[in-house]
Amino acid sequence: MSFLDVMNVYPLIGVLLFIVLSPLVGGIIFGIDRIITARMQGRVGPPVLQPLYDIFKLFEKEKMVIHESQNFWIFGYLIFMIITGALFFGGSDILLVIFALTLAHVALILGAFSSGSPYAHIGAERELIQLMAVEPMIIIAAVGFYEVTGSFNTLDIISSGSPLILVLPGIFIGFVYILTVKLRKSPFDISTSHHAHQELVRGLNTEFAGSTLGMVELAHLYETAILLGFIFLFFGLAAPIIGLIVVALIYLIEIFVDNATSRVKWGLMFKSCWIVTAVLGVVNLMALYLI
Amino acid sequence: MAYITKSPWIIHYDASSCNGCDIEVLACLTPLYDIERFGIINTGNPKHADVFLVTGGVNEQNRPVIKNIYRQMPKPNVVVAIGACALSGGVFRECYNIAGGVDKLIPVDVYVPGCSAKPEAIIDGVVKALGILEKKREAMKKEAGN
Repeated sequence: MSFLDVMNVYPLIGVLLFIVLSPLVGGIIFGIDRIITARMQGRVGPPVLQPLYDIFKLFEKEKMVIHESQNFWIFGYLIFMIITGALFFGGSDILLVIFALTLAHVALILGAFSSGSPYAHIGAERELIQLMAVEPMIIIAAVGFYEVTGSFNTLDIISSGSPLILVLPGIFIGFVYILTVKLRKSPFDISTSHHAHQELVRGLNTEFAGSTLGMVELAHLYETAILLGFIFLFFGLAAPIIGLIVVALIYLIEIFVDNATSRVKWGLMFKSCWIVTAVLGVVNLMALYLI
Repeated sequence: MAYITKSPWIIHYDASSCNGCDIEVLACLTPLYDIERFGIINTGNPKHADVFLVTGGVNEQNRPVIKNIYRQMPKPNVVVAIGACALSGGVFRECYNIAGGVDKLIPVDVYVPGCSAKPEAIIDGVVKALGILEKKREAMKKEAGN
């Protein structure tokens, strides 16, 4: 029985593998990220599993919240992020995946707004701008997948006969461009950042402490797995090994860009994301109709 | 082994220090000492921090600030006083505007002497603080169990 038959009969396998493995995989990716960053700065860097130690530690700390509703929203963020991944890796409708992903971020933004802190407010507003900046490109990517494969289901998209990147190169590059925003990497880490711990206090994450912050970090690990899975869709099972290599390469490029650039203003981030979407994404879609 | 000793995040506050000790604290983050090897990150947010580093003698203006930062740190946490001024007020202890050492306001767990304290001494102090952090964590766990 091939991989596709197994996934068609038991979609829960993909869901379970996602829920169990992606925190580990995401943690290792972030650990490698931190080591490479440290090496680029002439340092040794932390152990590979450091991001996971950080999350375990956060769950050991005292629960400290401004507002009970904060915990509710952040728990919602984590749950919706897991649902997003479950839909994605279970081979479900990619539009549903995008809506669930947006819903998860809306929960995060409401959690930050509910604290009333000025720093969290600025972070939440900036996160809203980030959402607005990236959302069109993600939806265009889904439409592009549909135009080529005739289906919105991730299982049908991944099992397409030829790698989708051959007909969707513009959408691929546009998606990689907005990936920097989604992964919270410089120059587009305007709502909160992994490295800059002292800027705008901590932006979006300012008022989250202890296990609440742990849940935010955990959800980010899940999100990274989903986004890298999204990149893999452009190659699918037609070229799986090239796909994995490209996913690794793109993450590596993100790390280099993260270290080599300084943060831009929100206006530039917003405009450049929409221009890239309009030029690369829309032109690629129009070309699909002509072919 | 508690994970808290593997990822202690620090917050650093300059209570009217001459900046000598502050430069040494930040020197710990540079490639030469690289305390991120031990998972230590310098945060700017008391709510994310586990270790509170205070430098300088406390004057009347930053008295409420120090108390505020300490209250905003989730338990378990530790306080490390760095440099002669943070320990006792140092050469400024007789001044009318100096309250004295940090321990006049909040409980201090580790004292790192020196003027200014060497980065090696600061790292040593933070490592000592980690032992205390783990004990506090265990005490917290027992309390929660009861």
